[in-house]
Amino acid sequence: MRRRWHRLNAWLDNRTGIQTAVRNFLYEDIPASSGWHQVFGSVAIFLFLVQAFTGALLAFNYAPTPGDAYNSLRYILTELTAGRLIRGLHHWGASLMIVVVVLHMVQVFLYGAYKKPREATWIAGVVLLLVTLAYGLTGYLLPWDNRAYWGTVVATQIAGQAPVVGPYLSRLLGGGGAVGVVTFARFYGLHVLLLPPATLLLIGLHVYLVRKHGVAPAPGDELVPAKKFYPQQVFKDTVAVAVAFFLLFAMAVAVRVPLEQLADPTDTAYTPRPEWYFLFLFQTLKLFSGPLEVVGSVVLPGLAVLVLILVPFIDRSRMVKVTRRFAAAAFVLLTAIGWAGLTAAAVATTPQEPQTEAIDFSAPTDWMQLSPEEMAGVAYFRQENCKSCHVVGGQGTPVGPDLTRTAIHKDAAWMIQHFKRPSIVRPGSSMPPIQLTDAQLNSLAAFLLKLNANNATALDNAPEFATQGALVYQNNHCSGCHVVNGVGAKVGPPLNGLSKRESRGWVEEHFANPQKLVPDSIMPAYRLSPKDLQNLTSYLMALPE
Amino acid sequence: MPNGSTSPGGSLTRRNFYVGAIYAIGALISAALGLPAAAYLLFPPKAQKADEWIDIGETARLTPDVPSEMTFRRNRVDGWKVISEKSTAWVVKGADHTITAFGPQCTHLGCAYHWDDGKNVFLCPCHNSLFTIDGKVKSGPAPRPLDRYDVKVEGDQILIGGLRQSEAS
Repeated sequence: MRRRWHRLNAWLDNRTGIQTAVRNFLYEDIPASSGWHQVFGSVAIFLFLVQAFTGALLAFNYAPTPGDAYNSLRYILTELTAGRLIRGLHHWGASLMIVVVVLHMVQVFLYGAYKKPREATWIAGVVLLLVTLAYGLTGYLLPWDNRAYWGTVVATQIAGQAPVVGPYLSRLLGGGGAVGVVTFARFYGLHVLLLPPATLLLIGLHVYLVRKHGVAPAPGDELVPAKKFYPQQVFKDTVAVAVAFFLLFAMAVAVRVPLEQLADPTDTAYTPRPEWYFLFLFQTLKLFSGPLEVVGSVVLPGLAVLVLILVPFIDRSRMVKVTRRFAAAAFVLLTAIGWAGLTAAAVATTPQEPQTEAIDFSAPTDWMQLSPEEMAGVAYFRQENCKSCHVVGGQGTPVGPDLTRTAIHKDAAWMIQHFKRPSIVRPGSSMPPIQLTDAQLNSLAAFLLKLNANNATALDNAPEFATQGALVYQNNHCSGCHVVNGVGAKVGPPLNGLSKRESRGWVEEHFANPQKLVPDSIMPAYRLSPKDLQNLTSYLMALPE
Repeated sequence: MPNGSTSPGGSLTRRNFYVGAIYAIGALISAALGLPAAAYLLFPPKAQKADEWIDIGETARLTPDVPSEMTFRRNRVDGWKVISEKSTAWVVKGADHTITAFGPQCTHLGCAYHWDDGKNVFLCPCHNSLFTIDGKVKSGPAPRPLDRYDVKVEGDQILIGGLRQSEAS
């Protein structure tokens, strides 16, 4: 067996040279001073591979047009096993990749590893940094939610401001300032067709140059015998890769990547914010205004990139030990402080969302289809802790029957009697009576009658503000005049899609004094507690069109 | 870091440790990415909506033991979309007034078959599969009987549900 294996390997090597090539790659000499500080390059390549892998997986279930992108992403998140995990890996992988690429750059900078003859290696690295940022910029649009849309509107406007090339750049990005189908197609094309092969070529060039000039030695390395890359340094690289991957995986599992509502170009209240790694640019922009704005948006960032590229030509001094490169350390420190300051300022000035509860569209939103009465039923269901005894679609404690089994559902009258005196209606039942009013029991029955295996997730996914808002809605008999999801009287206007018609402030003011805003309204004024007002308004603003 | 160990034996163990760790970490990461990827690609979507019942007409329209082709529109979930599409069923009212509805495709390679009045068989023109009026294979390459829709009759109305694949005969 073993001999056969060896013969197969020898044959393969003879025909392809693969083993010799791998051996040459692995048994490369590296300076004696090499060690843990040089792991970042390998981690960056690893993260690129993770992005390529998860990106391809996402593409298998993603429709790259504005009409379908959002729904297909929701399908990935809500319908597919591990879809959320894979999107999480891709999302947080992008952030982690930028962190690692910058760390790699800082290490090379601190050690002065860009010096002659490694200038080209450094420049290829700077271009790779820009490519990484370009992924972030183009990928940001692809979920096609409000955040993606409005963030990209700002980014393309900035590109349009560039001196001389601005208008052309703007046209190249597919629209005179407007973000639409063309921009989307171009961003997608860049993100998945152009940038990945460009990255591969640049990584190839970068690694080739590293090999050509060898890993940069520290002063004194020439007196000590060189080491081999494999296995000790490869082991260190692998451990670093493992740490990065563990962090990434933990982020993907623990931190939910939000999905906002579908991109709405008519939304006038949306405040766009770029991804965290672009916040410093965003803040720089705010330091300049009027005709000087272009300085902050294009000139300064452009100069910064130019300086980065020119670093090896600006600093042409001899190689010294890293511990004696005070100027470099000071420069890194100042840049870090500047970056952190700008980012902190941007975060601090981010306006708090105007009380609108954020709806997580990355989870099923079937709760939106419930009528107010049913939604109030969800509130009572939670309040009465029904789940402590009942299973709902496989979740919960199986003391009582599974409530999604339609066979146990009788009519509302039976259910209400059962709620009041369980052991009389169903002898032998150990269920305690539910202490609610008839109207409340009605809501609970309405919800339970509608409950089935398909919509059981609504029970978990309905946000607190919606169930509480529906309670307020029911208690004030709003459905006596208004229709929500097809239920209610048509005296007043239907309330579905309210958020498209009115602002939150308007709705709240309207409760206090309807006639002030709509003179011929017959709606009475409602004096609600601040909490009730907030929940009810949030609930109404969340109603689908 | 000291470069290797002083004794050849020690150096070998350390080397083995490095190599082992590299492979172990590699395998772990591959599994952590590969298993979710396999689940993502292979597992069916979670929400398998129950098939809706569609009213396709009255039983009175059917002549006993004469299959009739009925078309109806139904909503089908296709990935992230719900598509309203035209579907067809071959509906048979038996002598005992039981209603059967067959899926419109031959179980061999999916061609559309039709009822041959003269020969009293369902005939698939692609490879000459013949099915009897109760869907059984009479001759030809078809591997199993015709697929059937769930059917229920409410009053006089025929309601049609999901299409069930037949068992191989």
